[in-house]
Amino acid sequence: MVPLIIAGVLIVLVVFVILLYNGLVTKRNRVDEANAQIQVQLKRRHDLIPNLVNAVKGYMDFEKGVLTAVTEARANAIAAGAQGTAAQAQAENALSGTLRSLFAVVENYPQLKANENVLSLQEQLTTTENQISFSRQHLNATVLEYNNSLQVFPNVLIAGPLGFTKREFFAAEPEAAEVPVVNLG
Amino acid sequence: MTTFYAEQSANRRNSLLLALVVILFLAVFGFVIGFSIGYGSGHEVAFGVGALVIAVVIGSLSGLFSYYGGDKLVLASSHAKEVTADQAPQLYNVVNEMALAAGVPMPRVYVIDDPSPNAFATGRDPQHSSIAVTTGLLQKMNREELQGVLGHEMSHIRNYDIRFTLFVGVMIGSIALLAGFFLRYTFWFGGGRRGNDNDNNGGGGLAIILLVVGLVMAVVSYFFGALVQMAVSRQREYLADASSVELTRNPHGLESALAKLASDRESLHSVNGATQHLYIVNPMKKLGGGSALFSTHPPIVDRINRLRQLTGEQPMDPASVQYLSGME
Repeated sequence: MVPLIIAGVLIVLVVFVILLYNGLVTKRNRVDEANAQIQVQLKRRHDLIPNLVNAVKGYMDFEKGVLTAVTEARANAIAAGAQGTAAQAQAENALSGTLRSLFAVVENYPQLKANENVLSLQEQLTTTENQISFSRQHLNATVLEYNNSLQVFPNVLIAGPLGFTKREFFAAEPEAAEVPVVNLG
Repeated sequence: MTTFYAEQSANRRNSLLLALVVILFLAVFGFVIGFSIGYGSGHEVAFGVGALVIAVVIGSLSGLFSYYGGDKLVLASSHAKEVTADQAPQLYNVVNEMALAAGVPMPRVYVIDDPSPNAFATGRDPQHSSIAVTTGLLQKMNREELQGVLGHEMSHIRNYDIRFTLFVGVMIGSIALLAGFFLRYTFWFGGGRRGNDNDNNGGGGLAIILLVVGLVMAVVSYFFGALVQMAVSRQREYLADASSVELTRNPHGLESALAKLASDRESLHSVNGATQHLYIVNPMKKLGGGSALFSTHPPIVDRINRLRQLTGEQPMDPASVQYLSGME
């Protein structure tokens, strides 16, 4: 009788751990999927920027600084892609800021605002920008759910030993960056 | 977050409830018609049950049809044409953004060739949904305003409002259809039948009473259905406005879009009583009498002021309210 009870308790425990494990894997995969989505959009933005810079270069002789800032921020963001979420988020936010400055400057050039190619690139970058920010909200929501499930009892007992680690949030840009400073000098 | 999950389950439950109520209503209605037709034959109950079965079968079929094909019917009757990302890049992009923000799959995108700015969403669930906008909307709105309008439509999709409004449309449609049939029957056959039943005076009187009861039922239910349609869709519009701001994180886009929609005086061409509650602003402006009870949409001034409350702004000043009032 006693061996049977022990066997029963063991089976229940094993099933319990399997269920917890599967739940954690599902949540971790959601985080990975959300992260993959945001990486696709970031990549698309990186690919679009050189086209935009080329399209506006000829018109903006006096504002080379803005273009240089965008190009440098893009290079930094691509490099930061391999340095973890926090560094990448920071570099990408800096890129968003320089892009906003560029769009603000474009507003001053009637020829640019009438250029089909520039308009199309601007629309594509704007939508990518918005998609990044909506995907970031989604990613952060999934990260929050995953991290929570790692820390609650009884998951906390098995999460560490089974190799589940906390994920970082894709940090939103600080409020200060919302207002781009455009130097037209 | 809890709010929209609650909204989703309420809409699922209400859709089912509405379908059951309509079927029950059709059963009673069918029985009364059958009973009246067969009156004096000695098989009144058999006639009644037969008509009941026919009415329930027709009702269930039209319910199933509307569940699986109602959205296509609505789109076709509005003369909406599906567009690709190449044909309307900005519209497509903004829909994509709002779908991402709402966490729903990308809906199909349709354009209606009409200068009056308006938009609607339809479908049975977020996996089978469509958004249609008029060419007038695309011309008159800037990107931010378009985002506000599409955020509004996307929250209808996410909240399963589209399923409920599809059912409401069918309910109104099928009741109107039956009431029409009933009235025609009374006019064309009721008179002739009464003549044949002259030797049975009391029976003829009862048949007339049943006909009158059925007629009253038809009128009352149609009236009641219309009231339900209006009340539920008004509450939904306020909620969808608030959800749109939740999605776009920008109250000003929708606010200025609503102001632009309000100042437009043209009516849509392809719209009728069964589809008017789908649109973001009432598309039947010329018919809109101004009675709050019978309006499918809340006054735009109210909607704008509710958005302003979110941002802590002052309500619209009376002069501009004057300008917008009287428009739905």
